[in-house]
Amino acid sequence: MTTSRTGSPAPITGTFPTSDEEIAARVKALESLMIEKGMTSEDAVDKIAEMYEREVGPHNGARVVARAWTDPEFKKRLLENATEACLELGIGGVQGEDMVVVENEDDVHNAIVCTLCSCYPWPTLGLPPNWYKYPAYRARMVKEPRTVLRDEFGLELPESTELRIWDTSAEVRYWVLPQRPPGTEGMSEEELASLVTRDSMIGVGVVPPPGS
Amino acid sequence: MNGVHDLGGLEGLGPVSPSPDEPVFHSDWEKRVFSMFLPFVLAGLNLDQFRHGIEKLHPVDYLAGRYYEHWLHTVENGLVEKGVIDEAELERRTQYYLENPDAPLPDGGDSQQTETFLQIYRSGASTRRESDAQPKFAVGDRVRVRNMNPSGHTRCARYLRGKVGVVESVYDAFVFPDTNANEDGENPQPVYNVRFDAVEVWGSGADGNRHTIRFDLWEPYLEAA
Repeated sequence: MTTSRTGSPAPITGTFPTSDEEIAARVKALESLMIEKGMTSEDAVDKIAEMYEREVGPHNGARVVARAWTDPEFKKRLLENATEACLELGIGGVQGEDMVVVENEDDVHNAIVCTLCSCYPWPTLGLPPNWYKYPAYRARMVKEPRTVLRDEFGLELPESTELRIWDTSAEVRYWVLPQRPPGTEGMSEEELASLVTRDSMIGVGVVPPPGS
Repeated sequence: MNGVHDLGGLEGLGPVSPSPDEPVFHSDWEKRVFSMFLPFVLAGLNLDQFRHGIEKLHPVDYLAGRYYEHWLHTVENGLVEKGVIDEAELERRTQYYLENPDAPLPDGGDSQQTETFLQIYRSGASTRRESDAQPKFAVGDRVRVRNMNPSGHTRCARYLRGKVGVVESVYDAFVFPDTNANEDGENPQPVYNVRFDAVEVWGSGADGNRHTIRFDLWEPYLEAA
């Protein structure tokens, strides 16, 4: 038990293992039991991880955004039913079964957060980064989003811009259709997709004009 | 439950510190824990039990632990509680792998199982359910979030309880977490997206006037306002 400087016990003590070695051993022990029970295999673990390292990621969402920027009919379908529209591009799966895309406009900026855990649209954005899952962003984004965007992400929005913060509390997975930047007229869908950042689809950034 | 996981509006947690180029997994053990989710569900546990297991972490561990330590904790506890694995055996093996970190894992599994897993990840499994129930509220209705403090799992965040908002969207029925986490059945209920004005939620000191919060709420969390 930890003690304070005065020698009295600390009021609260956690119990987690402290080192990476301890965690790794515990994970290996658990995995070995699951393998013996036929619940999984080393091969399955490797292939699932590989899928989320290579196949699934924000490059998928970027393709959807680029299509929406170049095809007004597709954009209409995307805003009406994002799940179905993404499937047209072969994009879908776990944590994206019921997606809703919200559109940024000149005077409206959207951003997503999950104050209760770490809900995130995996098929289009991949697995969330640590900062999205850790306490500070989750606590602050619903209360002081303008400050968070400015101080933490360097995104200064005019006071006149309406901020819509989507706290993903149920099973609908929201994500942002960012605005197409100036200077991209005549660019191909593929070139446009390469400009789209993960942060712009979370809503903590905007898509920068080419060459900036 | 009124746990530390329910973070909306909490102060003093420091900077967000986004890093531009973060790897998908930070270590080998993280990817191994990530891949345990599906076997956990296929063992007869559900997503709401998975989340509730994380919420039951000691608050110190919740705040100080790394993300996939949360997952490890809920997978291991869920499987122990379900009687799928034996806790004493898990402790023995942990000790064994601590002393023999390079000892191999047992052989097992087959390529068909791997294919099945990947297929599930690709197709997903919605918690949207057919329901005959007519939604009580319509777009434009003013609703108040009930003052409720259940000790079990809920997705009704504390910072919105008692607050009044306007229904923006009416969704189909979805599995109700408060019963599903407690093995009281799926009990599907309509879900609403509700718009809350920041000033209603945080008072006149809210961060800029043109700021709304959009939050999805199951019907039992709401009453007419």
